[in-house]
Amino acid sequence: MIHTLVGDIPRQEFMLSGHNGCQGCGPALAVRHLIKISGPEAIIVIPASCWSIISGVEPFHSLKTVVLHCPFPSAAATGAGIKTGLEAVGDMRTQVIVLAGDGATFDIGLQGLSGVAERNEDIIYVCYDNEAYMNTGTQRSSASPYGSLSTTTPAPAAKSSPKKDIMKIVEAHEVPYAATANIAYPGDLLAKMRRAMQVKGFRFLHIFTPCMQGWGSPIEHTVKLARLAVLTRLFPLYEVENGEHYRLSYIPEEYLPVQAYLEGQKRFSSLQEAELAQMQKRIDRAWRALCQKAGVDPVIPPPKA
Amino acid sequence: MKSKLLNGNEAAALAVKLARAQVVCAYPITPQTSLVESIAGMCARGDFPGEFVNVESEYSALAYTIGASYAGARAFTATSSQGLAYMHELLHWAAGARLPIVMVNASRALGAPWSLEPDQLDSLAQRDTGWLQFYCADVQEILDTIIFSFRLVEETGIPCMVVYDGFVLSHTHEVVELPGQEQADAFLPAPPGRTALRTDRPQNIQAVTDYRYVSRVLQRRHRDMLKVPALIQSLAQEYADIFGRNYPLVETYRWEGAKWEETEAVIVAVGSAAQTVKSALPSFSGQGDKMGLLRIRLFRPLPKKEIISLLAQPRIKKVVIIDRDLSAGTGGIFAQELRAVLQGSPFQGDIYELNLAGGVDLTPNLLHRGLAALDRGGDDDGSGIIWGVDLQ
Ligand SMILES: Cc1ncc(C[n+]2csc(CCOP(=O)(O)OP(=O)(O)O)c2C)c(N)n1
Ligand SMILES: [Mg+2]
Repeated sequence: MIHTLVGDIPRQEFMLSGHNGCQGCGPALAVRHLIKISGPEAIIVIPASCWSIISGVEPFHSLKTVVLHCPFPSAAATGAGIKTGLEAVGDMRTQVIVLAGDGATFDIGLQGLSGVAERNEDIIYVCYDNEAYMNTGTQRSSASPYGSLSTTTPAPAAKSSPKKDIMKIVEAHEVPYAATANIAYPGDLLAKMRRAMQVKGFRFLHIFTPCMQGWGSPIEHTVKLARLAVLTRLFPLYEVENGEHYRLSYIPEEYLPVQAYLEGQKRFSSLQEAELAQMQKRIDRAWRALCQKAGVDPVIPPPKA
Repeated sequence: MKSKLLNGNEAAALAVKLARAQVVCAYPITPQTSLVESIAGMCARGDFPGEFVNVESEYSALAYTIGASYAGARAFTATSSQGLAYMHELLHWAAGARLPIVMVNASRALGAPWSLEPDQLDSLAQRDTGWLQFYCADVQEILDTIIFSFRLVEETGIPCMVVYDGFVLSHTHEVVELPGQEQADAFLPAPPGRTALRTDRPQNIQAVTDYRYVSRVLQRRHRDMLKVPALIQSLAQEYADIFGRNYPLVETYRWEGAKWEETEAVIVAVGSAAQTVKSALPSFSGQGDKMGLLRIRLFRPLPKKEIISLLAQPRIKKVVIIDRDLSAGTGGIFAQELRAVLQGSPFQGDIYELNLAGGVDLTPNLLHRGLAALDRGGDDDGSGIIWGVDLQ
């Protein structure tokens, strides 16, 4: 059975059609949902990324809110500076949301991210993860998965290191709120954004947003792949408060091997049997560790025949 | 107004307080560190009107300052050397975004190798980032220039770097006239508040655009820069009326009176080096005796008109430019800039460079030696430059 966890999604849209995302763009869908919760009065800070383009080329604009663009490594500190500046001029209310890709978050902006997390700056940091530098044409990032191809890890030299676990890094800062979310589970994604809007201090959302262009899959597979990432437990949905209270948002009902997810993605076309087994081992190990933190039984029943 | 014994960093911290900066975000680096500590200390004691924020790097310090400035807060940061280089990408960004930020840079040599000497290449290498740049010659001037700059950046929307020599000024105590808060308030209006980041309508700020738009933005910046010298002169008068000190764009010494009648050569110096020249010249006989001094205070924009009208006089046969920096393969940066300014002007004389790259301390002895080399006809090594330290 496939759970979509469609909750109470507000009908009002703050993202306009005619934006610059590609067909089947996962990051565009993520923001369309998020912004329904943050509304027209939040300030969104965007470093260099696909979203620098999706938001619109001057004089166009695809979001009914204020967007401020900033240099690639600078989003976390810029966002925090805005929040402090707003408070200095008497605005205690306006929310500042950093919207950054995996490259800006896992790689070039990691130091700035750690800085705002450690100082517990009062901002929401959203990382939309499409697992590579997509705006510049699919170069690997440290969020790219083991065994994946990109223009800088071309066949036969697919990426040999595993994906960096950014959540663990953020959790280690004991921030008030951190959660993973996924565009295939919009109800859950919205609930987490709602929660983030209520919490004070540093809040982090890691959102899984497939890129069909970069992954080499048909444009109609965005949501399907996003869902399979959760069902295969490659990208578990969970939240953490203050670095210690873990809660799993969703537990798959039956054990689904990672193969189901990898199929139909050209970026995994050079994957060998042994590497596949290696990948599955990693997923199972990470799942057990997460379940232990959340106090949940990690055993998932095999599929019913 | 009361007199106090302050070093450059302490004076800078007090100037930032007098200017009622609302957000200060900076990262420590020698020789700027005690400035950051001073502000952190005032903040901790509840003796500072704004917020002081520690960050994890200079890059984030300037990004944070940019964010605060966007939100409408009066914002300040400070750095030096490696820290300024680390901020480079954001220096361009702040200027392009027309943010009224004031920054201090305490000059220090850039590695490799490590050095703490007051070479000025750190800020001079940022000359094309679109920031205004002042070079201060004493501690009083540091205090005054910082207060002054907050007004200047808010009137022009061009960020400003106030530069002073590391240690020579940052750590040397001088007697300073400390203005009262009411004086600072009379010169500096309340901060402008929310302007750019208003949330009452959607905006896509600094979105991707094309060459037509970028070209116009750059031309506007250029034109606005060109208007700055005249604006500084009128604000300087206002400043003088309130504080009793009037700072020119370029300072001259021994430019009138009996000595001036005999002057054939002019030394051009910047920052604390100009103070040394001032105090040393009267004791020289020969060359030095017939020399005037021109101190460049505003480097960006360079006040070309003023420099030409001062130097392009038939009696001036020689200009000696002292640089504490080096653009390897070309020479001193002030020398390059001055040559460009004088090119095509009525100035007919010769231009010499005395180069103190590496932060060589300018002593009266060294100056004397340099001028003696000039008497002999110039450089010894065919480089066209008289060096502060011999290669051998
Ligand atoms: C300092 C710097 N280095 C490199 C770039 C070029 N660049 C722009 S966007 C980008 C990749 C962004 O990747 P990610 O953060 O994952 O966002 P995505 O494009 O995938 O949405 C790169 C390398 C830049 N703008 N600035
Ligand atoms: Mg990416």
